Amino acid sequence: MKLTGAQIIWESLLQQGVEVVFGYPGGAILPTYDALVDYQDRIRHVLVRHEENAAFAADAYFRATGKVGVCMATSGPGALNLVTGLANAMMDSSAVVAITGQVASHLVGTDAFQETDVTGVTLPITKHNYLVMNVEELPQVLAEAFYIARTGRPGPVLVDICKDVQQKMTDYEPITEVKLRGYRAVKPMGKQNLPLLLQRAKELIDNARRPIILAGQGIKHANAHEEFREFVEKSGIPVATTLLGIGVLSEDHPLNLRMMGMHGEAYVNMAIANADLLIALGMRFDDRVTGNLKTYAKNARVIHVDIDPAEINKNVPADVGIVGNLKDVLRQLTPMIEKRSYPAWLEQINEWRADTQAHDIMQVEFPDHTLLAPHVMRMIWEETNGECTVCTDVGQHQMWETQYFLHKRKNQLITSGGLGAMGFGVPAAVGAKLGRPQDEVWAIVGDGGFQMSIPELATIVQEKLDIKIAVINNNYLGMVRQWQELMHNKRYSAVEMWTPDFVKLAEAYGICGLRARTRSEAREAIRIAREHEGPVLIEFQVEKETNVFPMVQPGKSLNEMTRRPIIQPAALGGGMDFLK
Amino acid sequence: MLIDRIEAQKNPTKHTLVAIVENKPGVLTRVASLMRRRNFNIESLAVGTTEDPSISRMTIVIDASKTNAALVERNLYKLVNVIDVQDLTDVPSVVRELALIKVRISDAQHRGEIKQIADMFQSRVVDVAKDSCIIEVTGEEQKVDSMLRVLEDYGILEVVRTGRIAMARG
Ligand SMILES: Cc1ncc(C[n+]2csc(CCOP(=O)(O)OP(=O)(O)O)c2C)c(N)n1
Repeated sequence: MKLTGAQIIWESLLQQGVEVVFGYPGGAILPTYDALVDYQDRIRHVLVRHEENAAFAADAYFRATGKVGVCMATSGPGALNLVTGLANAMMDSSAVVAITGQVASHLVGTDAFQETDVTGVTLPITKHNYLVMNVEELPQVLAEAFYIARTGRPGPVLVDICKDVQQKMTDYEPITEVKLRGYRAVKPMGKQNLPLLLQRAKELIDNARRPIILAGQGIKHANAHEEFREFVEKSGIPVATTLLGIGVLSEDHPLNLRMMGMHGEAYVNMAIANADLLIALGMRFDDRVTGNLKTYAKNARVIHVDIDPAEINKNVPADVGIVGNLKDVLRQLTPMIEKRSYPAWLEQINEWRADTQAHDIMQVEFPDHTLLAPHVMRMIWEETNGECTVCTDVGQHQMWETQYFLHKRKNQLITSGGLGAMGFGVPAAVGAKLGRPQDEVWAIVGDGGFQMSIPELATIVQEKLDIKIAVINNNYLGMVRQWQELMHNKRYSAVEMWTPDFVKLAEAYGICGLRARTRSEAREAIRIAREHEGPVLIEFQVEKETNVFPMVQPGKSLNEMTRRPIIQPAALGGGMDFLK
Repeated sequence: MLIDRIEAQKNPTKHTLVAIVENKPGVLTRVASLMRRRNFNIESLAVGTTEDPSISRMTIVIDASKTNAALVERNLYKLVNVIDVQDLTDVPSVVRELALIKVRISDAQHRGEIKQIADMFQSRVVDVAKDSCIIEVTGEEQKVDSMLRVLEDYGILEVVRTGRIAMARG
């Protein structure tokens, strides 16, 4: 079959099972958009309003479905606008394929109009990338791109395709097999003696008295939830999760202590600081998780399982380091260990937990006019029976979401972890809704991050996406304000934010807009939004200067948290000072 | 990283890594970019072809007091175009470097002396001009270093070293 390069692109996407492409056209990708006209009935193209959001949406689409997310852009400015989204996918290990147009091959290297060295720019923020200058290579390269993106530790792969390559004809045969000399999905260094390592891991587990499992997103990528739950229940070991690991085990599971790290609850971090064994599964000991490495879990032995050999011994040295797919590893490890429970250890953790509950602001009976962001999170959780998919932006609201919403399922929370990229929430909701149309999808965003993604309201309307947007408006870049308050003597610098009338703004887009200033209004607004068919934006005007606690300040040890103050209802009345 | 670095400081040896890579455009950039991005310090990097035209071979020398060689190895290993990585540090291997040294000749007597020095190092004089000559020397870095020390007194005008290349014995 003779096809043009442009047709080969769409044929390859179809062959890969792609149903949705997030993109934005331009000169160097025109032939591909021309060919799209003949494929529109089989592939849905979503026209975003900024290429960054195409990459964010593709990333969230992957997280929502497990299928590779695809984004598309033209050369130069178009491709450059993808960069933040690709870096986000790289940091959070999302399988994304980005297809970009490049100037014609004879113009490459001449500073032609809209020419940018896109493979050069994206080299450090992609798992791999390609510049295609011959149409004959195109089918193979596209097959490789999808294979590399989704296997092993997933990541973004960019394919930069010269304009003339899109126009030229060649014989096309679907590629059914990918042969890569240097790439294997699981690639331990040298020869790994897995039985021996598993035996050592078992011995460490047998001898532990205060063990804790640190669960990360790798469990999701290996699709190993069942195996993980069996391991947890048989071993009887409590679990702390990373931000991206939230949902690998339902958060109401008795052994799930929930999120650890900088804004993890105090008892979770106390448990890690006092543990004698860390079983780290598919996580990478990010600095937001460990705090000061010198004092991190000082008395603990470490078992570390990850698919990426370069993560073992990177930040925390492992007594037993295993490179592997977690599904395989857990299937072998679980039968080896004994069924156990740790009553004394769990009792100790529960003691710490009781202390945390005493600090919980949900225990405080505030007057109705006191609306705090945590209230909003809790109400959305309650009103949706904890079933909805949540996409957050980055900042205080993101951390409060993790604290006050209990997630049941994997990827119920879709959030920008490693990169912490503001502007992620709304386009992520676009990607998630397209991936899981049956789900109720909420974007929970700050007033700062939302103002980075307002243009995507048009995409939501054009694509008729039923997304509920909760804008948590504190008129500040809240998280930065918090750092300035706590670490820079409250010298506020460039954090105060004027915001437009978000309700009118929503209405200008034809979106239902609501505003809530009190707790009863907030609950009412959430109810109305859920009953309304179609997109809704709610602006929650929350207390302006409240802080996310607990907090492990940068450089501090995990157990040196700044705790939530204990609030006596009697102390209420004069402003919100007690929350600072 | 920190803990590994402390570990590395206890063992201040130079590590020799050999990477077998696909001979494709941009592979050297990928390796160089990795070193920069991960803040790895490399002493030398030598690239060349092999018996198989589709494969190139890189010899990378790392000062383990500054950089954790095991991490470099694992990160190299992750690159899609890298087929294999070997750490030859503790493997019996042949290690060589080639250097060209241009030495000043200020009087005729020097010419004879330099010839003698070259012979003693089993190296060759490959170019002779009126007031300078070029010596080609091959060997382990220490040999090149000591030759440079000996020649210092005559006046070294220019030096180029290829960086280490290595191959496991047997
Ligand atoms: C693109 C980008 N720019 C800057 C930052 C730094 N930053 C982190 S949180 C934050 C404040 C976010 O404010 P807002 O969206 O209002 O959310 P809040 O913290 O108030 O919940 C900023 C500026 C970032 N993470 N991403």
